[in-house]
Amino acid sequence: MLRSHLRPTLVLLGAMTLLLGIAYPAFVTLVARIAFPAAASGSLIHRDGGVIGSALIGQSFASPRYFWGRPSATAPQPYNGLASGGSNLGPLNPALLSAVDSQVSRLRQADPAVRDAVPVELVTASASGLDPDLSEAGARFQVGRVASARGLPSATVDALVTAHVRGRVLGFLGERTVNVLELNLALDALR
Amino acid sequence: MNADAEFQLLLATLLLAVIACVRPLGDYIARVMEDGGPLARVGGGRLERGIYRLCGVDPAAESSWRDYALALLLINVAGAVAVYALQRLQGYLPLNPQVLGAVAPDSAFNTAVSFVTNTNWQGYSGESTMGYLVQMAGLAVQNFLSAATGLVVAIALVRGIARHTVATIGNFWVDLTRATLYVLLPLSLVLALVLVSQGVIQNFSPYVEAKTVEPTIYEAPVLDPAGAAVVDAAGRPVTQPAVANSQILPMGPIASQEAIKELGTNGGGFLNANSAHPFENPTALTNWLQMFAILLIPFALTYTFGRMVGDQRQGWALLVAMLILFVGLTLVAYYSEQHGNPLLAHRGIDQLASNGQPGGNMEGKESRFGIAASALFAAVTTATSCGAVNTMHDSLMPLGGLAPLFLIQLGELAPGGVGTGLYSILLYAILGVFIAGLMIGRTPEYLGKKIEALEMKLASIFILTTPFVVLAGTAVAVASAAGRAGVANPGPHGFSEILYAFSSAANNNGSAFGGLSANTVFYNISTAIAMFIARFWPIVAVLAMAGSLAAKKRIPVSEGTMPTHGPLFVALLLGSILLIGVLTYVPALALGPVVEHLKLIAAT
Repeated sequence: MLRSHLRPTLVLLGAMTLLLGIAYPAFVTLVARIAFPAAASGSLIHRDGGVIGSALIGQSFASPRYFWGRPSATAPQPYNGLASGGSNLGPLNPALLSAVDSQVSRLRQADPAVRDAVPVELVTASASGLDPDLSEAGARFQVGRVASARGLPSATVDALVTAHVRGRVLGFLGERTVNVLELNLALDALR
Repeated sequence: MNADAEFQLLLATLLLAVIACVRPLGDYIARVMEDGGPLARVGGGRLERGIYRLCGVDPAAESSWRDYALALLLINVAGAVAVYALQRLQGYLPLNPQVLGAVAPDSAFNTAVSFVTNTNWQGYSGESTMGYLVQMAGLAVQNFLSAATGLVVAIALVRGIARHTVATIGNFWVDLTRATLYVLLPLSLVLALVLVSQGVIQNFSPYVEAKTVEPTIYEAPVLDPAGAAVVDAAGRPVTQPAVANSQILPMGPIASQEAIKELGTNGGGFLNANSAHPFENPTALTNWLQMFAILLIPFALTYTFGRMVGDQRQGWALLVAMLILFVGLTLVAYYSEQHGNPLLAHRGIDQLASNGQPGGNMEGKESRFGIAASALFAAVTTATSCGAVNTMHDSLMPLGGLAPLFLIQLGELAPGGVGTGLYSILLYAILGVFIAGLMIGRTPEYLGKKIEALEMKLASIFILTTPFVVLAGTAVAVASAAGRAGVANPGPHGFSEILYAFSSAANNNGSAFGGLSANTVFYNISTAIAMFIARFWPIVAVLAMAGSLAAKKRIPVSEGTMPTHGPLFVALLLGSILLIGVLTYVPALALGPVVEHLKLIAAT
């Protein structure tokens, strides 16, 4: 009984490995490369002949001249593309509360004029550590700081944010967000 | 539109779309498992017949349950050996542009068992561990075959119920081949291409170095010459300032793997952040499609069941029971998360939902998904045996984390994994009619089959194996220094991390409270044992049940037959599931998420 199963076990595993493990992904890659070349290769953003990032992957911004994205818990540096992941801090963990507090004080120091409560996405780490997006509220909160660091009228920066807000897919799926990298590239292109 | 309405619309569209597919897909699967279905006739079925010829299999020959189980175990063990070997030999194999080396033996063993058992628990980080060939030819092949394994076990059990006075339950090789070629592969092909069109990557390129807009200044750990982190007198790692001018973007054939990861309720991510990673799940639309794909086959199989036993009402009754459990615990997850973290309320932070933000507990969530699509995904992935995540479950609120944990512990049958969901709920249906039989003093029967001592023994083995592995594994981990060393969060949450790990492993889910450092010898070996035992012991019990039922005479419906399709039966079924689940797990849950929730109330 056992012996009669050995041949189908090995042959079927081998055949399925060729079909599902090689032919199937190779075929999908071929069609993807022809039909959706930009998407299949990572929605890369090119400038001056080089890659400066992906529209889907967030980058770390720390200068007051740029909009900052979500806090990133990747190690050792934030937005490390080789180490995606979240903080995994539980809701009662003192380490979460101190990370949130230091994030709040960093935002307050960077722009003491703003009195509004800090939108939660600016103080909580994303799941991937590479979140390219931020809520509209999170972007609006930073308009004053970015405008004064660049010597631009707030209304100009605010209008740029408005132009970059993406609505919900089909009107109800997902959230209204701003792609932080694209917004910052648009800022740099203003002058 | 307010946040709650947005969530309700999301849930409604998802369930309506899935339910709309139950009949056509369930019908199709029944035809495939009968004679191969319409795709088997494309090209004269040459591929399928060629495979049987190479294998030396006579497709017309059916076998006993013992033979069926033996074949199933053999190909699964062979698959585990192949995945282990591919990981260990990775350094010598092609399609590995990052030149990633051999995976450590304990981690490779854990991953091999994990993918063969449809668990896809991941102790490793994909982008820095697995080359493209290992992902495709090792992991993704098992994504298909483990899902097909679950499906054929369910079909074999349904055949056992539908047939009478026969000694055979089917041909394992034919069933496995057809489930793969005609159900899983075509659906994956379509989904993979749709996912690429929305931004999921699919290529064989080396990783891309992007020159970032701003350099990143950070504190890098100081390493000694052996590569270990240097610590100061207080045991803290020593760091020095460092600058990164670029970002490395991982690449790979992700979309093809993503498709079967969802459709096969596998859940193993190509990348560490799984479906939270923008390269795996870039938009709210891909997120919806992934949830749809996870639920699609498990729900459709209820119709397959109804059709095969010749009474569609039987399938719909199971579907209604599944829906009630699923929706109930989904609501717990959503409202806990949308309510936010009360400890942040007095820190000058705005957690209220508005037009500008989703608000709520956004720690460990992605902005594009917000609360609704994250909480729903967490429920979808644990109501099935999937285990893909788009949110970090470790950072869920206490009750928001309890919902997915309890969905796993109930045995993942609402709707459960591909095949596993159907056979799990059928075993509870048999338990349910047994309990009802005791109450009214009649020999219990289900769909014309007498439920006798052997069937109840097998059902008991099935129902008790997994909780035993979960609770024993948790106890061993909590009692040992090696187990406690993995805990990341203090207090009851740390206990929840361990409980979640063994619940996930033994129920073949694969999601985690990810703070737990699970890539250690202790967790790699202990969770692998949990995954293996709790996958294959129940499967053998189910196949034995199939064999026993197939051999029985069919008894005609009489005055005393309890109908198994009405609301009374649904209530009885739900009662059986909840009775076992609550009695088994409430003490452990009380020590973890319940205490944590009470601590949260006390702290605010």
